[in-house]
Amino acid sequence: MNEVDFLLWVKGSAFNIALFIFMAGLVLRLFEILSLGRKVNYAVPKGDPMQGGLREIFRRFGTDKATFQRSMITIVVGYVFHIGLFVVIFLLAAHVEVFKSVMGFGWPNLSTPVVDAFAVVTMIALVVVLIHRLQHPVKRFLSSPGDYVAWAVTFVPLLTGYMAYHHLLLSPQMMLGLHILSVEVLLIVFPFTKLMHTFTVFLSRWYNGASMGLRGVKS
Amino acid sequence: MRMQSPNPYEPTLGEHLRSQGISRRGFLKFCGLLASSMALAPAMIPKIAAALEQAKRPSVIWLSFQECTGCTESLTRSHSPSLEGLVFDAISLDYHHTLQAASGDAAEHAREEAMKEHYGKYVLVVDGSIPLDNPGYSTIAGISNLDMLKEAAAGAAAIIAVGTCAAYGGLPKADPNPTGAVSVSDIIKDKPIINVPGCPPIPMVITGVIAHFLTFGLPELDSLGRPKAFYGQSIHDRCYRRPFYERGLFAETFDDEGAKAGWCLYKLGCKGPVTYNACATTKWNDGTSFPIESGHGCIGCSEPNFWDFGGFYKAISIPTGASGKNAVYAAAAGIAAGVAIGAMNKKSKAEAASSHQTVTVEELNQESGS
Repeated sequence: MNEVDFLLWVKGSAFNIALFIFMAGLVLRLFEILSLGRKVNYAVPKGDPMQGGLREIFRRFGTDKATFQRSMITIVVGYVFHIGLFVVIFLLAAHVEVFKSVMGFGWPNLSTPVVDAFAVVTMIALVVVLIHRLQHPVKRFLSSPGDYVAWAVTFVPLLTGYMAYHHLLLSPQMMLGLHILSVEVLLIVFPFTKLMHTFTVFLSRWYNGASMGLRGVKS
Repeated sequence: MRMQSPNPYEPTLGEHLRSQGISRRGFLKFCGLLASSMALAPAMIPKIAAALEQAKRPSVIWLSFQECTGCTESLTRSHSPSLEGLVFDAISLDYHHTLQAASGDAAEHAREEAMKEHYGKYVLVVDGSIPLDNPGYSTIAGISNLDMLKEAAAGAAAIIAVGTCAAYGGLPKADPNPTGAVSVSDIIKDKPIINVPGCPPIPMVITGVIAHFLTFGLPELDSLGRPKAFYGQSIHDRCYRRPFYERGLFAETFDDEGAKAGWCLYKLGCKGPVTYNACATTKWNDGTSFPIESGHGCIGCSEPNFWDFGGFYKAISIPTGASGKNAVYAAAAGIAAGVAIGAMNKKSKAEAASSHQTVTVEELNQESGS
């Protein structure tokens, strides 16, 4: 298998397999969570659960002063790499084309050097959070192999994408192939690791807020 | 086409060119062009000139298999009067379907004679792929392509696979490959093979590779067997539209404002970023332009499997399969599995509820009393 065969394979059958596992896993897990259901609460509601839920979704974007001072690195660097990932994944022209081909619609892209700068900042932020995780005794104690897997499958696509764009180390074809392959690994493990929080984060925020809202408590 | 009997005195290339009326100035100009296209230092020009002048005209046998003659057309349509063509004239082209005057037995006889006379020394040029499914798919004078290639390769000093078909299988090998077409390097393993891919290759690159072989021997090749001097950089690296790519300015259709302004053709399927060839620098038609300059994206013709690369008008990043449909099926499968697992969860919940044993107050009192 030469470079071109490899690139064709990752763009063809491998992508289809990865996309299938990702979509099926994603839907399966969301369906499972939602179908669990909750017992009907017969108590007289003291507030609007929907309002409480929606408020909580937005309220948790912020953080209280004490928590911020205690976990400054986690919060600031966490925000940096999440925003960076959003920009890199959704606003690079080449990526918009992929979404367009899969979903049938696209959106405007940012200029490539801007996305490139975001990619560099994101990679640095990811390295910082990894070092922080390894050096912080409590964080290290709480970390499972799953946490490191989630970190690696997020970091490697960024690195290979950056190297493919800048023609570093290997031929662009090979690097592009490796980049797409690393994204496919990400897609496959996505529904079965904590990366699933991308889709459950607002769900759980809403759930917490709604249960408080029902009780008339400001969460 | 030269069919003369063996000459006791073989003129050198330099002598031959002078007899053809090529001036020293014209010859050096050609050497300079050659040096720059091979990315060699200007100091190498006299060396190239000296080596070319002294080179004996080698016997070249050109075999055409499953091809469209586009490679030969490319070579002969090189700008005229062409020094490239004359250098080609200066090699002893002993066999070439399209260009030779002889036909039938006489033509085959010329090939056999050249092979015998120059055994171990001649250069074999091949264009076109070789069918393996059925030898009858492509024959010359009743000889299958496979047999002719094996026979001719045995006595060759080196093989130059001209065009993407000979180098990588090309169009005949495109899915579903009805003839079982393969490249020269799939069959011949024991001879140096220089791939000069392109559909067709740039004329200057074809002659440049032959000139390199005459002067410095085998050129340095990349992982796909292409001379690095001509295939060392991607189209994208040398593209004049690259600044638009960098700025994120793309033509969305072939007739929008972006296309008129000459923006990058990435979104219209340009394969420049993953294609290695000299088009952006050497250009075509006497240096007039190259495809991107005329407003069409690169189709990646110097790369293996370029016909099956996911469509000429689809951006490189786009997956080749029907991903949208696949995603819908996957979601359906996910829901089906979710329903099944949900039902199982409900069942185990119901079972737990039904097998739940209650304790009466009396029983509790009994226990505490005992």
